[in-house]
Amino acid sequence: MTEGKIVKVSGPLVIAEGMREANMFDVVRVGEANLIGEIIEMHGDRASIQVYEETAGLGRGDRVVSTGAPLSVELGPGMMENIYDGIQRPLIAIKNAVGPNITRGVDLPALDREKKWYFEATAKKGDRVTGGDVYGTVKENEVVTLKIMVPPGVSGRIEELLSGYYTVTDVIGTLSHDDGTTSDITLMQKWPVRRARPYKEKLPPNEPLITGQRNVDSMFPVAKGGTACIPGPFGSGKTVVQHQLAKWSDADFVIYIGCGERGNEMTDVLLEFPEIADPKTGFSLMKRTVLIANTSDMPVAAREASVYTGITIAEYLRDMGCSVAVIADSTSRWAEALREMSGRLEEMPGEEGYPAYLTSRLAQFYERAGMVRCIGGEEKVGALTAIGAVSPPGGDISEPVSQATLRIVKVFWGLDSSLAYKRHFPAINWLNSYSLYKDRLAPWFEKNVAGDWMSQITEAMKILSEEASLDEIVKLVGIDALSDTDRLTLEVAQSIREDFLQQDAMSNDDSFCPPEKQHDLLALILYFKEAASRAIEAGAPIEEISQLPVRERIGRAKSVPTAEYKEEYAKIRAAVDAETSSAVKRS
Amino acid sequence: MKREYRTIEEVAGPLMLVRDVDGVKYDELGEIIMPDGSVRRCRVLEVNGSDVLVQLFESSAGLNLEYSKVRFTGHGVELPVSREMLGRVFNGMGEPIDGGAKLIPEAVRDINGTPINPASRKYPSEFIQTGVSTIDGLNTLVRGQKLPIFSGSGLPHANLAAQIARQAKVRGTDEKFAVVFAAIGITFEEADFFISDFKKTGAIDRTVLFINLASDAAIERISTPRMALTAAEYLAFDCNMHVLVIMTDITNYAEALREVSAARKEVPGRRGYPGYLYTDLATMYERAGRREGSDGSITMIPILTMPEDDKTHPIPDLTGYITEGQIILSREIYRKGYLPPVDVLPSLSRLKDKGIGEGRTREDHSGTMNQLFAAYARGKEAKELMVVLGESALTPIERLYAKFSDEFEKRYVGQGFYEDRTIEETLDLGWELLHILPKSEMKRIKPAILEKYW
Repeated sequence: MTEGKIVKVSGPLVIAEGMREANMFDVVRVGEANLIGEIIEMHGDRASIQVYEETAGLGRGDRVVSTGAPLSVELGPGMMENIYDGIQRPLIAIKNAVGPNITRGVDLPALDREKKWYFEATAKKGDRVTGGDVYGTVKENEVVTLKIMVPPGVSGRIEELLSGYYTVTDVIGTLSHDDGTTSDITLMQKWPVRRARPYKEKLPPNEPLITGQRNVDSMFPVAKGGTACIPGPFGSGKTVVQHQLAKWSDADFVIYIGCGERGNEMTDVLLEFPEIADPKTGFSLMKRTVLIANTSDMPVAAREASVYTGITIAEYLRDMGCSVAVIADSTSRWAEALREMSGRLEEMPGEEGYPAYLTSRLAQFYERAGMVRCIGGEEKVGALTAIGAVSPPGGDISEPVSQATLRIVKVFWGLDSSLAYKRHFPAINWLNSYSLYKDRLAPWFEKNVAGDWMSQITEAMKILSEEASLDEIVKLVGIDALSDTDRLTLEVAQSIREDFLQQDAMSNDDSFCPPEKQHDLLALILYFKEAASRAIEAGAPIEEISQLPVRERIGRAKSVPTAEYKEEYAKIRAAVDAETSSAVKRS
Repeated sequence: MKREYRTIEEVAGPLMLVRDVDGVKYDELGEIIMPDGSVRRCRVLEVNGSDVLVQLFESSAGLNLEYSKVRFTGHGVELPVSREMLGRVFNGMGEPIDGGAKLIPEAVRDINGTPINPASRKYPSEFIQTGVSTIDGLNTLVRGQKLPIFSGSGLPHANLAAQIARQAKVRGTDEKFAVVFAAIGITFEEADFFISDFKKTGAIDRTVLFINLASDAAIERISTPRMALTAAEYLAFDCNMHVLVIMTDITNYAEALREVSAARKEVPGRRGYPGYLYTDLATMYERAGRREGSDGSITMIPILTMPEDDKTHPIPDLTGYITEGQIILSREIYRKGYLPPVDVLPSLSRLKDKGIGEGRTREDHSGTMNQLFAAYARGKEAKELMVVLGESALTPIERLYAKFSDEFEKRYVGQGFYEDRTIEETLDLGWELLHILPKSEMKRIKPAILEKYW
């Protein structure tokens, strides 16, 4: 164990000497208060340490002790429904221990050491196992059954394995290795956060992550194992979109990382998620959710670590052959933490003061997403979807973090403040957003939802882009200059925008819209378009068509409860027929 | 007796280097004893071997390398706090300047505070009636929220802040808010406006004032908001009071921060502001809120003037990313003479949804709010079109929207600084204005609500 002494303190950066024997990226304990830090640079016997807690009160000569291990997370039962800080300290346990504010030097284990879990062995004595193989299962709660796996890189023969009630540190069996040594088997394993957990092979993603959001699933879908980003200025609804994705995504697990954002937003998730029933299981959404909260007022170095902590937990869950969604809000704050540390290290800055390695760090983070064949004898396919919010200064995405992100991710949901001002939510701009998964996912939608899924969406997109060019003309010469057909296009585009793209996150019946309903709703709007254009050809005036009472019913169609919508939509179709033909008769 | 050092090596701008010190800690408070015996305060910014870099809180005028001495106090910057602070006036460093008796502290607190554990925050949801329609009706403020006012030079943000301080109440209780007011580098006249307004309405007895005027040392401003927040935290979380913190002007604070950063030759972020401006602002703003174990709350209204009315300038931009919404003032509305000149469309309260509706305000609040926003946005678009093409180019329905937007600005926005509207009056006025439009346009309002109130 290396022990050194502090020579310099500058904000979250501490330099200590006498550290020659410590390893890069070792976790160290700093000062009397035992603050947690990590070695990020070595110069001779001087180590630069980023400290994950407030450094006030540290001075020259204070002791620095290396723990000899890199920053790691504890993986095992007890993570679900929990909220951790950026270095996986349990915030609820901290609250119970030290009160409502976070004091320094609190040291509590991430996984509860007292609680006993029932472990049911599925492997048996004498089995040969390698990393990723399953020893057995623990039912963590009504929804989640964890597979207890052999840690990556470990192999051997099971000498003993017992079912029963155990804590995470209890020995549940022994494993003998080829070199004759043995080791204990426990429910918990540790993994360094900065190293990606191994897998056999990456697969191209081919299945959508169903989110129940019409803008996402229909217009710009993301694949299970894909990457996506949501850039937008403040007030454009980034966080609401992120919360919606965390709530309704059909992933088996959701890891929500609040990275340098508002404290109340995390509180909101903590209070709201337990109240919402998962449409898949009927139990609360919180049962499958892990929260990582490093709010903006918490120490900046731990913010840098928080995204790694989150994605490592996600990889562990993925290794069970599950689909996991990691939602990070916001990667810009993470990049700012990098910038701050880089500045303190007096590194040569790249663009806007960000370090030159910003792009490669971002790429490394997003590359940990993917659909993979998991390690272990049994064939398991797991998917890790990474979705990051970006908060570009002034909403201008020409800045380094947005640009670096866009080069990596495959889906771009661009939020637009002018839409937000009109209270068009989610304020995803349909003209500049994109999804590179659209074509790859089309066969899935066509097979599982409706055969005309793609053609219908292509038509809707066409109408929306026609609207954009017609709007230009209207601004120059007025609406009267347009033909009735063009005016109908404008009316239908408005209907697509207001009745389809807008989705009310606060409404119980509209917050989650299953793909079938998404399809039928768009079909309904296009059905009106067909009927209306026939009527206009037959001589009905556009003024009358645009005022048909059925349009109001189409406007309310999205908030028809999921159980009743098919019947109601059929009625609306009939009304469309009746009203358009009577409009023709009147003319 | 603390050791005194005569080893001041350098003084440059707000920074000072002291050599050969021992046992000095990062962020420790130091005292400089001037040749004439007076004392100035400073804070340790960096410990490097036996050298320390300190930041002065006051001007360096008169500092003498040869004869000035420094001693370190062994603790950070602290503020003595007490219930008796109400009604008193302090300078930017927390010393009484009203000529009153010395404060007998009930506690002494570090001004940096500690982060609130997100797991022990209570979500803000109690509606505050400010009596201002554009806030209550459209950008509802709740207890424990941080809602800044983005203003520009020459706009009456002070009047709006004073109006809120005067009228704010939680419905169903007679409880008044205690006000903690931090003047950060503002002019005497502006500070005097607040003080005389508080005096006139009697609010002064439940107000704590921290005053750093434009003529005071810029560097002192870095502590002023933290002093105010430390006092507010004591009143809210130790004394269970509901505290409204008004801080004006954050732009001056950020500039003082930039001055220190530039003196340290740090790599600047945007527009010369330090890269940690976001984190620094967040450690102030995030001190607002409610937390378990206490009935009190801190509601924060920081005021900032946007340079060139530019919302994308780093100060408003970073503030907007931290605070829970923003009230933006508009020069255009101000020119039309509608007061308070709130620019409704880009203003936002993120916490409104939890504070409105049945049992809090009224069941029709959410629907009418969305409808008013949408209608006003469409009305403004129609008016723009009218400017280019003339009124005849508009469809009949667009003409109604244009009329709506005019009436809305005149009656809903332009209520004046002295009209105190109840939420019912605000909501009823909303319905009255919506009647300009046909009922079929009310797409944002639930049919049942529409039937009941139309």
